[in-house]
Amino acid sequence: MSNQNGTTPSNVPPQAPGLEMQNGVPTIVSAAGVNVMSGNEKLHTISILVENRPGVLARVSHVFARRGFNLESLAVSRTEDHTVSRITIVVAGDDEAFKQIGNQLLKLIDVIKVIDHTNDNLVGRELALIKVRVDNAAARAEIKQLADLFRANVVAVDPTTMMLEVAGKADKVDAVTKMLEQHEILELVRTGLVVLARGEKQT
Amino acid sequence: MDGAEILLESLKQEGCDTLFGISGGAILPIYDALGKQSDIWSILTRHEQGAGHMAEGYARATGRVGLCIGTSGPGATNLVTAITDAFMDSTPTVFLSGQVASPNIGKDAFQECDIFGITMPIVKHSYMVKNTQDIPRIVKEAFHIARTGRPGPVLIDIPKDMGEREFQGAFEYPESVTLRGYQPDAPAADEQIRAAAKLIAEAKQPILYVGNGVNSVDAADELLAFAEKINCPVTTTLLGRGAFPGGHALALDMLGMHGTAYANWAMHESDLIIAIGVRFDDRVTGNPKQWAPNAKVIHVDIDPAELGKIRFAQVPIWGDAKSVLNQFLEVVPAKTHHEWNARLDKWKADAPLTYEKEGKLKPQFVLQELQKATQGEAIMTTDVGQHQMFAAQYYNPKHTRSFITSGGLGTMGYGYPAALGAKVGCLQGHRPDTDVWCVTGDGSFQMNLQELATGVLYDIPVKIAVLNNSSLGMVRQWQKLFYSKRWSGIDLAKCPDFAKVAEAYSATGVTITHEDEVADAIREAQKNPGTVLLNFLTDAEADVYPMIPGGKSVHEMVVDGSGNKIPVGGWGKTHGGNGNVADIKEALETATSGDYAGEWNDDLKAGQLKI
Repeated sequence: MSNQNGTTPSNVPPQAPGLEMQNGVPTIVSAAGVNVMSGNEKLHTISILVENRPGVLARVSHVFARRGFNLESLAVSRTEDHTVSRITIVVAGDDEAFKQIGNQLLKLIDVIKVIDHTNDNLVGRELALIKVRVDNAAARAEIKQLADLFRANVVAVDPTTMMLEVAGKADKVDAVTKMLEQHEILELVRTGLVVLARGEKQT
Repeated sequence: MDGAEILLESLKQEGCDTLFGISGGAILPIYDALGKQSDIWSILTRHEQGAGHMAEGYARATGRVGLCIGTSGPGATNLVTAITDAFMDSTPTVFLSGQVASPNIGKDAFQECDIFGITMPIVKHSYMVKNTQDIPRIVKEAFHIARTGRPGPVLIDIPKDMGEREFQGAFEYPESVTLRGYQPDAPAADEQIRAAAKLIAEAKQPILYVGNGVNSVDAADELLAFAEKINCPVTTTLLGRGAFPGGHALALDMLGMHGTAYANWAMHESDLIIAIGVRFDDRVTGNPKQWAPNAKVIHVDIDPAELGKIRFAQVPIWGDAKSVLNQFLEVVPAKTHHEWNARLDKWKADAPLTYEKEGKLKPQFVLQELQKATQGEAIMTTDVGQHQMFAAQYYNPKHTRSFITSGGLGTMGYGYPAALGAKVGCLQGHRPDTDVWCVTGDGSFQMNLQELATGVLYDIPVKIAVLNNSSLGMVRQWQKLFYSKRWSGIDLAKCPDFAKVAEAYSATGVTITHEDEVADAIREAQKNPGTVLLNFLTDAEADVYPMIPGGKSVHEMVVDGSGNKIPVGGWGKTHGGNGNVADIKEALETATSGDYAGEWNDDLKAGQLKI
C-alpha cells in the first residue's frame, strides 16, 4: 500500500503469519528493490510457504503466468515441517504489480505465508553444475585452479570432460560461467536461488 | 455406506436442499444414492451450464450455497462458464464434477478431462477426492470456503471409484475446519473506523458507492440506517441494485457506463467516496485517472486484495459490509448535507432517465410497466446486453437479493436458468411468495432456452420477458456509435417465434407489439400460475443512454442518440441537447470542478459541439 495521499495508522495486529498491516490492510512487506531492471522493474525475491499438496505449485505459478510475469528462478522443496513446502521465486516486476501478485497469492487457500525478502538480511545461494570439454592435462589443471579460486568443487572427471559444482550468489555463478566459456561448456544447470534470513528472524 | 452416500449425508449436514445437474457415467454412483433419498431435491436440467447458473441464481436469491453437479468430461467442461461467472460475481457455490475412476486418471479415458486443472484459475478453491474417508472433511471445507470471506465457487472432483468404495467406520461430520492458509475476515480496527468517521465529519459532498458486498451479507437495513443517519446520497453498482431501496430520496440509482447522469455527476463532484463492497470496476470508473478527481476514499471490502487495487483509499477497511456498517452506526455522528442533496435533487429533476418515445415499442417502456406491475417486490434476473442495462435503470428492486444478473463475466444465457434457481429458492421456503421475472433478449435467451423444459417439468413458474429486437443490440449500439454503422455479426433475423417456442415446451407464450398491450400482458402473466413467456417485439434503434464510452470520463457522457456530450451538472434548465447557447455558456461558467471547462470551450471553438 503506497502512501501518496497520507497515511492512516492501524492497530490491527497481523492477521496471519507473513502478513503485515499497512493502513489497516494486510499486505506483504512492500518491496524496495535490490537490482534495478529496465523501467520501474526490480528483481524481487519472495518465499511462499504452502501446503505440501499436489497442484499447489500450479496454482502459485498461474498467478504469475496470468499477469505475464516471467520467473527468473524457482526453487521448491519441503521444509523442516513435512506438511509445508517452500517456494522461492525470483521475479522482475514493478512494485505496484508486485503488490498485486502478493495480494493474489495470499488469496490462495493453500498459501500459508508470503514473504518479500527485498529488505531482509539474507543468506542466498544457488547451486550450479557445469560440464566442460577438457581433453588435455593443461586445461584440466587450469580448470582445477579456477575451481579453487572460486571455491568450486570438481565433482566428476573423465578423459574428455570435467564437471564443476558451484554454490553461491548468482553473480558468483555468473562469474564462474564466464571464465569457463573460454573452454567449451557442454551442459549447465542451475537450481535457482534459495534464501534464509540471518539470525533469529524467521524467513 | 459407500462414498456417494457419505457425500449426500455430508451435503445434508450443510443444509443443502437442492442440487441442480445432469447425470452421466462417472457420477452414476452419486445419482444412484440421490435416487434413494428425498431430502435433497435433485433437479435434472437440460445442460450443465444451465445447472450452474441455476445454482448461482439460488445462491444469489437466498444467500445459501448453491449446489451443482455434472459428470466427467463434457459435463464438467460445460460447467466452466458458470464456475467463472460465480467466481467473477463472488457467488457462493459448490460444483461437484464426476471424474473417471482413479486408475484411469491421466490415461485419456472415455470422458476424461482435467477439470481440476482447467478450473484452477476460476475457483476460490478446488479438491480432488483421493480417499473416500476424506469426503466429509472436504465437503465441510468446501462449503466453509464457498460461503465465508469473499464468497466464490469451490469445485470437488470425484473419481467414480471414490463414490463406490465403502466408507470405513461410522459417519461423523466434522464440526470445524482447520485451514491455516485461510483467514476469511477480521474485525475492522476501531482506529480505522474513527479515521473514517473523521473524514465523514469533514465531508461536504459525500457519496455512498455500494455494491454486491452489501447484498451478499444482507446489510441493506444497516446501509439504509447509515445513509439516513449521515444524510448521504447512495449510488449502487449493477450488482448492488437492491442494496438500497429505489425511489428513496437519497437514491441516486446506478452509476457507471450506463448509470444515471446524476449518479455520475455526483460521483465526479463528491469530496468523499464511502465505497462499500465494491471493486472500482472499469464499467464504473471508465478512466480511473479522471474519475472522481476531488474525492477522498473510504474503501470497505471483505477482500483485502481489492483495497487500493484500482483507486488509492485514504482509509481502507478490511471487513464485511454488515459489521463495518454497524460499527459506523455506533461511532459516526449524525449529520446533514442539505446543500449537496438539494443540488442532487435538481440534477435528478433536470436529467432523469429518458428515451425517445416515437415509433415502435420501446424496451424502456416495457421495463417501466414491469416496475409498475411488480412495485419492485419481485426478484428480477437478467441476461446480458441492452435489456440488462434497461432493467438496471428502470427496475427499482425494493429488497436486497432481488436483482440477479451476470455482472463481472457478462454471461449471455445466464438469466433464465438463474431465474429458475432463484424461484426454486423461493419454492424451498427461503423467499416465500416472491415472484421471479427474467428479463432477457432474443440473443441471450437463445443461449439457454432449453431450460424451458426444466422450468415446465418441475413446475417452477418464472415469468419471462423477452425484449426482442432481432439483433445483438448492445453490439449493434457499439457498431452504430463507434464503427460507423458497419453492421457485422449482429443480425438475428429469423429468430424463432418465442411465443411458439414457449407453447412447444407446454408453457404460455404471448407476443406483444404495441404499448397499449403491455400492461395487460404483464398482469395476465402475473395471474398465470405457470411459466409464461412474453415476447415483446421492440425497436432495434432504442439504445441505452446515458452512456460514457469505455475507458472515458464523465465529460464524455452522452445522454441520447444525438451524440451530444453533456457537462457535469447539465445544461441548466433543460438537458439532452435541447439547451440553447446561453444555457451552455452558463453551464460552462458555473461549472465548479475539474479542467473540463477548458475542453468544452475548445470544443465550442472547434465547432465540434452540436447545439
